[in-house]
Parts: sequence; structure tokens; C-alpha cells
Amino acid sequence: MSFLELEDLRIHFPTDDGLVKSVDGLSFSLERGKTLGIVGESGSGKSVTSLGILGLHKGGRARISGEIRLDGDELVSAGPEHVRALRGKKMAMIFQDPLSAMHPYYTVGAQIIEAYRIHNPVSKAVARKHAIDMLGRVGIPQPDRRVDSYPHEFSGGMRQRAMIAMALSCDPELLIADEPTTALDVTVQAQILDLMRDLQQEFNSALIIITHDLGVVAELSDDILVMYGGKCIEYGTAEDIFERPEHPYTWGLLGSMPRLDREPTERLMPIKGTPPSLINVPSGCAFHPRCAFEGRTGGKAKTAVPELLETEGGHLVRCHMAGEERRAIWENEIKPNLESV
Amino acid sequence: MSETPEPLLSVEGLEKHFPITKGLIKRQVGAVKAVDGLTFDVRKGETLGLVGESGCGKTTTGRLITRLLEPTGGTVRFEGHDITHMSQGALRPLRRDMQMIFQDPYSSLNPRHTVGAIVGAPFRIQGVKTEQGTKKAVQEILELVGLNPEHYNRYPHEFSGGQRQRIGIARTLALKPKLIIADEPVSALDVSIQAQVVNLLEDLQNELDLTYVVIAHDLSVVRHISDRVAVMYLGKIVEIADRKGLYERPMHPYTTALLSAVPIPDVKARGGRDRIRLQGDVPSPLNPPPACRFHTRCWKAQEVCKTVEPPLVALAPGHQVACHFPENAPAPADAAPEAAVPAAPGAATE
Repeated sequence: MSFLELEDLRIHFPTDDGLVKSVDGLSFSLERGKTLGIVGESGSGKSVTSLGILGLHKGGRARISGEIRLDGDELVSAGPEHVRALRGKKMAMIFQDPLSAMHPYYTVGAQIIEAYRIHNPVSKAVARKHAIDMLGRVGIPQPDRRVDSYPHEFSGGMRQRAMIAMALSCDPELLIADEPTTALDVTVQAQILDLMRDLQQEFNSALIIITHDLGVVAELSDDILVMYGGKCIEYGTAEDIFERPEHPYTWGLLGSMPRLDREPTERLMPIKGTPPSLINVPSGCAFHPRCAFEGRTGGKAKTAVPELLETEGGHLVRCHMAGEERRAIWENEIKPNLESV
Repeated sequence: MSETPEPLLSVEGLEKHFPITKGLIKRQVGAVKAVDGLTFDVRKGETLGLVGESGCGKTTTGRLITRLLEPTGGTVRFEGHDITHMSQGALRPLRRDMQMIFQDPYSSLNPRHTVGAIVGAPFRIQGVKTEQGTKKAVQEILELVGLNPEHYNRYPHEFSGGQRQRIGIARTLALKPKLIIADEPVSALDVSIQAQVVNLLEDLQNELDLTYVVIAHDLSVVRHISDRVAVMYLGKIVEIADRKGLYERPMHPYTTALLSAVPIPDVKARGGRDRIRLQGDVPSPLNPPPACRFHTRCWKAQEVCKTVEPPLVALAPGHQVACHFPENAPAPADAAPEAAVPAAPGAATE
């Protein structure tokens, strides 16, 4: 049994315009000490998934089904109090925008102390010492002074460090980082990514990193899950996804990115069209209206939802095309274009 | 005119200091030196990329060039006209030739105007009459940027982010400008849509012979679309060069650090790259470090960096750098070679 297991997780939101199927049958597992990268564009359901794992949709309008097992503990059917006790202690989250995720009226230290004391019966003084210790660990200079600063007195990078300190204060075993560096400059982003890598090794926690930036994912992840329209469309090791991707959407993402490590290509190869609305997910394969290879499925793409099938060694792909055909397209048509000389 | 054709846009010593005032009589107590002495040219038909981290003044520069802000020093010349302190009335005819694409496709379009009204506004404001009528002209532009001309009567909220950015581009192109300043034109868009817009900008440049100044923080995007690139740090240009020179042989330590900080989507290279970790954040432009502004984060900094400001000098043809100890400098260094101390081993690279 893995540390974290999701099985057929569905998170649907009823709205006036129809049912929004933000997450529609997602399954994956993650071990301690491993990093899973979840990649997708806006509206692909990646953030809803992370909030779902933390149980933050409970009590809202969301309809949740399926199973989330954290260390054998089933969370979807568990009561809100039970999940609340785990949140912060066993699982924690780093949000994208630390300015809005922190309370502006309380000092950074007070917020870390609060989080720590909820889960640990210690005195304020001990908790404060712990907070200073954590701030120092994430690389905030003069932590004994900065502990009394307000969030607005920190720079963006410092705030993100403080957020990480807060998330790690109870030594969580599962850490979810939702676009942790999107709001940051590249030099600061590099610092934060290094920090997260180091801390993960130190704490041996399971890390889920959610982002749209394939570069960030490549730096940190052991496994990668690509989401589109609320479903996983490709899952594999980082090598699988970057070296031998098999889903046309993943090809499209790779072709859309200008890369610094290669000779500049003449033209980018974007995906046509726009990401689908989750109220009106296209019939059949959700990606078919944007897929350049839709014609090769014999019309199946429009009518039948493809299964997520294993192609080899744990590499899963949701596509109607046959495995050999996909590999041939990647080798002959896609890869040469990405590596133009 | 000299041997080279006159640049389309020529900026010299451009400065913008925002005053900080205090008290009842608004006594000035300081200034944010957002842009502090920029000099560069943009030649016709080229794309100049302006990169830097937040707070380096790149957006302010764009707004100064288009005179959405009034410079506090220096000059901006557009096609030989000094527009630095031109009145808004006098500027108006020039605005036909100089347009701006904004970052946020949500806040830069009036939600109460139809696409037709938005894209047609330049015609109305400039009093331009077209043979076929404004509506026809607008529809042609919509088609040019890849939008359905039948959507003339729709409102911005009916479009996706990428489509809205296309509307913004259509408005920019309406009067066939010569120079377009694009401020983070793709950073608000999804990856797959970014590529569409980047390709569109390139196609339009070829088709309409446009000149771009592209302001962005994403170094990969800038490399993809620019012919020349200027790197800014705290209101100053620290390095400006053609694309190949800048990305393959960066001379300024800051440029080197920026490039090595970009995450590369290649799992094989993971951990194998020499990464330069800059310490700390960009200092506040309110109180920038003296002399070389980068010295507080630079691993090559010496005493001289704290006392003497390095001038922006050409160390290779078309490659200007403002640094006392440039990297990758060509061998016959004219500036005191013995002063060039190699980077302290292990100080910052690993």
C-alpha cells in the first residue's frame, strides 16, 4: 500500500450553468520521499485536486466521490473534524500567492505559532522558539527579529519562504505545493526550488507539486501526471514524460515552450484552440477538438472516452491511437521538430 | 545621417524618478529611481527584448517610450522627433505609429464596449477614414489576428484569455503602427496559448514590417522572439547585445545568474548544470546600492564595485556590458586585465 492513494476521485460542482466536473476520475499513488508533479493548463482541475486531498471542499457545494487514502486512512468519507486534525500536521499546503494566503493583521511568527500549537501541546515560548527555528531553516536572515514582522514587510521570496516554514512547522508527511514559484522572479524561484528539494530530503515527506511550468516539474519530480479537462491523460516517470511522451497534448505542451537549452526553433508549435470549459467538456476524448492527430483514430475520438492504459512499465496514456503508432509519431514527426538544429 | 540608418527609436539617458513626498506641503523626501539613465536604439524591423526581474523598471521604460509617463530626464526620439516632453496634443498624431500591447487581457479591454468599438476606437480617435468604412477595416484586422470577424458585436467577457489578447493586438494594429511596445504580452496566458500569440506576433512582424520592443521576464520567450536583448537591473541596463551573444556568451554576472536560474525541462540535465545561486532579493529601488547596483548579490564583487559605477561599454561588436569584471570577455581586454579576478571557487557555483 502506498502512502497516498487516490482512486477514481471525482469532484463535481453543481452550478446554475450545469455540472462542473473539475476532477473526473483521477487515480494515482505516491510514496514517502517521492515527488509527483501535476501539470496542466488553467481549468484542468489540478488545484481542485489538491484542495480535495486536503479536504478543503468538504461542507461546500462540491460533490466528492472516490477514495483518498493517506497512510491507509480514508479521507473522502471521513468527518471534517478528522480531516481537520490531519491538516497541518500530517498534510500541509504551500499556496501560490503568499500575500493572500497569510493574514495581514498577524505577524508571521504568530501565524506559525498558531499552526504549531494547534497540533502540539506546548507553551507559547516553546512554539515561538520553534517558529524562529523554522524561519532560520528556510533561509530567512535574522529569524529572531523577522519572526515579529508582518507579511507585508517581507519581500515576495521571503514570504514564500515563510509560507514554507509554516507548512513544515508540524513536520507533515505530505506536502502539496500549488504553483509555489509562479509569483516569483527567476532568481528567487531557483532559491525556492532548491530549498524545497533540500527540505524534502531532510523531512522525507511526499511532495506534490502543481504547476503549469514544465521546467519546474522537470527539476523536481520523480513522477509526472498531466491533466486535461479534469482527467489524467498521461502519467509516467519524469523520463517517460520528457523523453518519450505519448499523448498529443503532452507533445503540444512541449512544442509550445521556447527552451533555453536548445537552439532556438524557427517557430513554436502551439496547440490550436483553447482549453475546454469544464461545463461543456467535448464528447469522447476531451482533447479531440485541439488534437492534430484526431483523424487517425477513425472517428473514435469524438464518440468514446479513451481509457487510461499502460503502454510500458507504468507509463499510462489516455489516447485512442495504438501505442506503436504514437511512438512512431513521436520519433518521426514531433521529436525532430522540437530539436531543430 | 551617418553610415547606419537612423534608428526608429532612440533613447538617451532616460530617467524616471518618482518623488516620495511627506507631510502637508508634500515636501519631497526621496525618489524611487525606477529608471535611471537608459541609452539604447531600436532599429527599424528589429525586435528588442527588455528583460529583468520585478522592480527593475522595464515596465516603466515601456511607458516612458510611449509617453504614458513623463520622463524626468534624458530624451526619447521617435523617427528623429524629440518626444520627451511633447504635449499630449502634439503626441496624438504620433500615436498612430507607436502603440502598446498590455499584459493583462482582462483589465486592458473596456468590458462595456464591443470588440468592434474597441478595435475601431483608434480609427475614431485619430479621425481615420477608410475606403470600405471602419467596420470593414476592423473586421479585416480581426481576421488578421485570427479572430472570427463575425464576433464584431461581442463583448470581451465572451472571449477566452488568449482571444482577448488577440483583441488587444488587433486594436494595437488597427492603424498599422511602426513601433509596438509589448509589455509582458504572453505572461498572463496558458502555455499552449502563449505559443499561439508568440507565433502571431512573429507573423505580423513579417507581414507588416513592424518593430517591437518586447518587455518580459521570461528569458526563454524573449530569446525566441528578440533580435537584440537588453537586461535591466534596478533601473539600469547592465547588458545589451544581440540574441546569440547574450545567451551564448553572457558577460554580466547578473545575466549569467539569470540564465542559470531558468528551470530547464530536461530531466537528463537535472542536477548536472552549474547553477549560480544568487543570494537574497533584488534591493529596493528606493535606496539602491551605490556604484554597481548588483554588487550586493554578485559573487565577483570587489571593493571597486562598491565605489565606482561601471559604465556601459562595448566589449565586443554590438555587445555592451556595465561590469568591472565581465565574464566571457574577448581576450584582448582593453580594460586592466590583471584586475579581472576569477570567480572565487565554490563561492556561488556548485
